[in-house]
Amino acid sequence: MMGTTLAQKIIARAAGRKSVTPGEIVTATVDLAMIHDSGGPRRVEPVLQELGVGLFDAQKVVLISDHFVPGETDEGARILELTRQWAKRRGVPFHDGEGICHVVLPERGHLKPGMFVVGGDSHSPTGGAFGAYMFGVGATEMAGVLATGEIWIKVPETIMIEWEGQLPRGVTAKDMMLKSCTRLGMDGGQYQAVEYAGSAVRALSMQERMTLSNMAAELGAQAGLIAPDETTAEWLRDVGGDPGDYAGLCTDPDAALLERHAFDASSLEPQAAAPHSPANSASVGEAGEVRIDVAYVGACTGAKYVDLKAAAEILKGRKAAPGVELLVAPASKRDQDRAAAEGILGALEEAGAKILPNACGICAGYGTHRLGEDVTCVSSTARNFKGRMGAASSKVWLASPYTVAASAVTGRLADPRDMLPEAVS
Amino acid sequence: MTGRVFLLGDNVDTDQLAPGQYMSGGIAELASHCLEGVRPDFAETVKPGDVIVAGRNFGIGSSREQAAEALKLLGIAGVVAQSFAGIFYRNAINLGLPVLTAADPSPVEDGDTVWLDIDNNLLDLSDKVRAVWLDPLPDNLKILLADGGLVPHLKKRLAAERKGKKA
Ligand code: SF4
Repeated sequence: MMGTTLAQKIIARAAGRKSVTPGEIVTATVDLAMIHDSGGPRRVEPVLQELGVGLFDAQKVVLISDHFVPGETDEGARILELTRQWAKRRGVPFHDGEGICHVVLPERGHLKPGMFVVGGDSHSPTGGAFGAYMFGVGATEMAGVLATGEIWIKVPETIMIEWEGQLPRGVTAKDMMLKSCTRLGMDGGQYQAVEYAGSAVRALSMQERMTLSNMAAELGAQAGLIAPDETTAEWLRDVGGDPGDYAGLCTDPDAALLERHAFDASSLEPQAAAPHSPANSASVGEAGEVRIDVAYVGACTGAKYVDLKAAAEILKGRKAAPGVELLVAPASKRDQDRAAAEGILGALEEAGAKILPNACGICAGYGTHRLGEDVTCVSSTARNFKGRMGAASSKVWLASPYTVAASAVTGRLADPRDMLPEAVS
Repeated sequence: MTGRVFLLGDNVDTDQLAPGQYMSGGIAELASHCLEGVRPDFAETVKPGDVIVAGRNFGIGSSREQAAEALKLLGIAGVVAQSFAGIFYRNAINLGLPVLTAADPSPVEDGDTVWLDIDNNLLDLSDKVRAVWLDPLPDNLKILLADGGLVPHLKKRLAAERKGKKA
């Protein structure tokens, strides 16, 4: 018998089937549903009311506030209040102000390899880093899931993205993704499952892997999977989670794939994506002279502990250039606390960084911090669509936290490799 | 119910179906500009029961639900295409707009009178000589579509469950 993909294995189990075939449409039972303040209670409750039902299982729902935190505008404050009331009334696990949903969900031990999970947010593929099949749905579909615990899914084909070799210092998962988006295009994922493999992927830390899976959204994939291994298990045990028995949760060598794309990690250079698409990347050196006004280390994509650490490697003992606003919004409270304990946060602050709340911040563009007219920003976030982070005339370049930090220092888009501290050997 | 065929090509995107510049005007306004870039006469002449037949990647682009909603509002009985973009496909089914794949829709010509016979997986052409076979939909989606989309389907199903419990 021919082998199957990781996606097929997870979906077959969730659908209560021995096996499933790509293209086939099945109804699957969800193990977990994640919602946030923006697409969550305020959008799903009216549908639940209309249906006249409660939640299929409150303990399989996780609510996280992040988009409107800290509630600086009247509307934001109102939405947060509604979110809090709903959490109480419906009795769901609620993480309030603890960070961005895609980072909080795994760090609070909610995810486990092999799970079938839906999220009410387009970056839900992030959960794929843990070997869970996680994908995003709109508010109406989410309400359906919350009411029944089920969802229909077309079993995806798998597009394998393989990175072999060793990443050079100062080059990160973010650079890998900007490169992939540019090579494959923003619909290269074809709403199928992308799976990341190869020695360079295996060598990545869990949080770097999350960046790969997160940006499967920018590839237009439904999910962005990485087969769980010892790195996954260790990370989950660390946060008090349960890796479970993950043996066999992988794509069989003889499984049929839709496409296979090979990349070389060892020759990858720091990338920067020009406005207004993540698929507009070239190496930082090719971007030419780009003066910047704002350097932003933020979002689920680019402000986790490892991202803060990378930025601090460059910024320690340096200062942001005069006139450059350096903003850091750590992706979660836990990551911020760890960064503070290790002196990382201090180094960022000494460099002139303003520390923003553990929330979506400028990336969602709902708070008081937004990019003004004609502002040029270099950002560790995932999307640089026109007007997303502020004025339609603002320009956002996407890059790794290293590159954002180096650019903050020079005041123009800069290659971080020239500023890395001597490697300790 | 029979209708007329609007024949379109490959890669009809969500911005053609629901043009971004009319997004703020509400769904009726949006629908009145549906496909105006490729078929300026579409929104004005389309009638309930009409069918869109297209090539590959129908609905590619953004995740905006309005793309499917506009077609539904205009009374389109269904879209037959060689392939659909994934998110559009999800949205369409959940909104109760039939979307069907056909390996070879080439017998169909623009303006043909047709009948979309989902139960028999057939796009029936009026001259009864030619026909287009559609890939069959699984039962779970057929039921969803027959009920008019996800929300009406759930309403019906949950009401039936409640009744079952009481009985
Ligand atoms: S940080 Fe940005 S990309 Fe991440 S969930 Fe928030 S708005 Fe979305």
